Amino acid sequence: MATPINLKELSKQEVRFTAGHRLCAGCAAPIVVKMVLLAACDYPVVVASSTGCLEVSSCISTYTAWKVPWIHNAFENAAATLSGVESMYRALKKRGKIDKDIKFIAICGDGGSYDIGFQSLSGAMERGHDMLYVCYDNGAYMNTGIQRSGATPTFADTTTCPAGVVIPGKPQQRKDLTRIMAAHGLPYVAQASPSHWPDLMKKVRKAIEISGPKFINIFTPCNRGWRSRTDDAIMLSRLAVETCFWPLYEVEEGITRITVKPRDKRPIVEFLKAQGRFKHLFEPGKEKMIEQLQEMIDKNWERLLKEEEMTSPKDEGNE
Amino acid sequence: MTKIVAVTGNEAVANAFRQIEPDVCAAYPITPQTELMQRFAAFVSNGQVRTEMILVESEHSALSACVGAAAAGGRVATATSSQGLALMWEILFIASGLRLPIVMPVVNRALSAPINIHCDHSDAMGARDSGWIQLWSENAQEAYDNTIQAFRIAEDMNIRLPVMVCYDGFIISHSIERIEYLEDEIVKNFVGEYKPLYPLLDVENPKSYGPLILTDLYHEVRKAHSEVYKRVPKVVLEVAKEFEKISGRKYELFENYRLDDAEIGIVILNSAAGTTKDVIDEYRERGVKVGLLKPRLYRPFPYEEVANALKNLKAVCVLDRADAFGGSFGPLYLDIAASLCNFSQKPILINRIYGLGGRDFMPEHAAEVIEELKDIAQTGKIIKLKEYIGVRE
Ligand SMILES: Cc1ncc(C[n+]2csc(CCOP(=O)(O)OP(=O)(O)O)c2C)c(N)n1
Ligand code: SF4
Ligand SMILES: [Mg+2]
Repeated sequence: MATPINLKELSKQEVRFTAGHRLCAGCAAPIVVKMVLLAACDYPVVVASSTGCLEVSSCISTYTAWKVPWIHNAFENAAATLSGVESMYRALKKRGKIDKDIKFIAICGDGGSYDIGFQSLSGAMERGHDMLYVCYDNGAYMNTGIQRSGATPTFADTTTCPAGVVIPGKPQQRKDLTRIMAAHGLPYVAQASPSHWPDLMKKVRKAIEISGPKFINIFTPCNRGWRSRTDDAIMLSRLAVETCFWPLYEVEEGITRITVKPRDKRPIVEFLKAQGRFKHLFEPGKEKMIEQLQEMIDKNWERLLKEEEMTSPKDEGNE
Repeated sequence: MTKIVAVTGNEAVANAFRQIEPDVCAAYPITPQTELMQRFAAFVSNGQVRTEMILVESEHSALSACVGAAAAGGRVATATSSQGLALMWEILFIASGLRLPIVMPVVNRALSAPINIHCDHSDAMGARDSGWIQLWSENAQEAYDNTIQAFRIAEDMNIRLPVMVCYDGFIISHSIERIEYLEDEIVKNFVGEYKPLYPLLDVENPKSYGPLILTDLYHEVRKAHSEVYKRVPKVVLEVAKEFEKISGRKYELFENYRLDDAEIGIVILNSAAGTTKDVIDEYRERGVKVGLLKPRLYRPFPYEEVANALKNLKAVCVLDRADAFGGSFGPLYLDIAASLCNFSQKPILINRIYGLGGRDFMPEHAAEVIEELKDIAQTGKIIKLKEYIGVRE
C-alpha cells in the first residue's frame, strides 16, 4: 500500500537526501529535493541532475548527499542522460537481468531546463521515456552568480542584466516552460511550490504512478540570488502562489485543473517587496513597472482560469 | 565456418552490432554514418536483436544517453561522423572521465566550413585527446574486426574506457568489399556477457556518478586516470591474439609493412594505406627499400613501439588526412616526431597533407612521396617540411 501523504507517516520514512550538503543556508532546493524523494518513498529511484547549485553542492570529492543512485553528466543533458539510464533499465528487464520496479527522476535547475537543456528535455519527453522531470526553478543561473535565464521574472535584477539607469532589469517576459511541456502532450504536467507541500507531494506521487514522461515545475526560492532573508523561502513560495505569480495547477491528459485557488488574490507588490532583486521597482517614478507586472500576472491568471474551464470534462449526458 | 560476403563497410559494422547485440544503442543521422544505424535499426525492428534504440534529437544527446545507459550497467554503442562528433565533444571527456565502456564507430568525414560530406580525418583527430581509445581501420574487414574487438577492450576490467573505431567515410563506409563474417555464436562467445561495474541500477548499493572535485584532488584523479592508458596496449594485444584464434586474422598495435629492412618509409592511416602498399610493392620490385607503418591503436599512441619501428630509417613521410591549422604540422606527424625526438639515430621526417574533404589519394601521390623520400635519403636535404599534395592548380 502506498504510504499516505501525512506528516505522521512521512516522518517514519528515510530521508534520501542527507544533511551535510553544501547548499546555502535557507536554500529551498534541498527542501524541494527532500519533498520529491519523500513523495516517491515507496519506490527505489535513480536521480539525474544537471550542473548547477544542487549538483555542485551535493556531491563533492568522496562525499555525497544522495542516498539513492545519482548521476550528473553535464549542464544541458540531464534528460538525455536519464533517458539512457531508463532505456538500459528496460533493456535489462527485457533480458530478465533486473526485476525491480524502479522510478527515474531528473532534478534540474531552470537554466538546465528552460535554456541550455531545453532541447534535451524536449527530446526526452517527446520520445516518451518513463521518467519524471522536475525543474527546481529559482529564476536564474545561481551557481555561476545570479545570471539571467529564460525563467528570470520580468524586471528582476541579475548580474548579466542588472537594473541600471537605461535597462531596468530583465526587459523580457519569462518563458512559460510548464505550458510548453503541456504542449508536448505529456500525460502529466504540473506546477508546485514547497509552501504547499501536500499539494507538491501529491503531484509527485501522481506523476510517479503514471507511466511515460512527466514534468513538474517547482518554485524554489534562492535567498542568495533574490536578495531575500535566509528564512523567507517558504514565505516567498506562499506569496508566489497567493499573488498568482506561480499558480498551482496540473495538466493531466490535456485537462487543466488549478489545484490551489487563492481565496484572496494578493497584489504582486507583496511578493516583490520582500526581495532585493526587485528593489529598484520601489524607486520613485517606477510605479508603472509594478503596474505592468500586475497586469501581466492578471492576464496569465485569467488565461489559466479560462483554460481550466475550457478543458474541464463536461457532463454531457445531463441536459 | 566463416561466411564470405560482399558488403559495404557500414553494413559490415552494422552486422557486427547485430552479432554483439548491445543492450542500448543511441542513434542520430549524419552522412556517412547514417546507413550504419539505419541497417542496425532494421535488425531492431525485425526482432533480430533485443537492443533498446534511443532515437535522440542530437548527437549531444546521443552520447549523453550513452553515458547514462553505460553508467546504468549494460553494453552500449552509438556511431557518428564529423559535425556529430564535434557536437559530442563536451561529453567525450565525460564518458572517458567516468570510465564508461561505450563503443562508437566514427565514420571519418571532413568538418565544416565549408560543409563537406566526404572523407578526411579532421573529426576523429579533433577528439584524439578526449581520453577515448582509438582504433583505425584500413578497410571494411578491419572495421568489422575492430568493432568486435572494441567491446572486449572497452569492457576489460583493467581498462573500462570508451573506444572509437575509425574508418573512412564513403571510401570504406559505402564501397562494397569482400568480407569474412564470423559466425554469430563465435562473436557472442568472444565478446561474452557484459560485466557491470558500480551500476546505477543497483539500487541497494547507491552510487553517485559525476562529482565535483576541486583543487584538493582533481590533479590526483587525473594522474590516476592517465595511468589507465598505460595498460591499454597490453589489453589490445591480448584481445588481438584471442581474435586471431577465432578469425585467423592477425592484429597488432600498428601494421608494419615491409619496414624491417626499409630505408625510407611512409606513415599513413586508414584506407590510403591500401593504395600505398600497392605502390610500395611496385617500388620493392625495382629494388627500392621502402616500407609503411599504419597505426591501428592511435590512442593511446604506442610511442615506444612506433619509434623502434622507424628509428633506423633514413627518411620518413607522415601523411596526414587532416591539418592542424595555424602553422603547425598534421596531428599524426606530431605524434611520430614526438616518438622519435629523443633518439640520437632517427630518420628525417617530412609531413604531407592529402585527401581533405574526400579528394582521392591516387597511386601517383604515393609514388610522388616515395620519389621525394629517395632524394632526401640520398642528399639529406629537405626541400619542404610540410606541404599539401594533390592540390589542383
Ligand atoms: C555547457 C556549459 N555552459 C556553462 C556552464 C556554467 N554553468 C554551470 S552551472 C550554471 C548555471 C546553472 O543554472 P541553473 O540550471 O538555473 O541551476 P542553479 O545553479 O540556478 O540552481 C552555468 C551557467 C557549464 N557548466 N556548462
Ligand atoms: S545560491 Fe541560491 S540556489 Fe544556490 S545554493 Fe545558494 S540559495 Fe541555493
Ligand atoms: Mg537556476
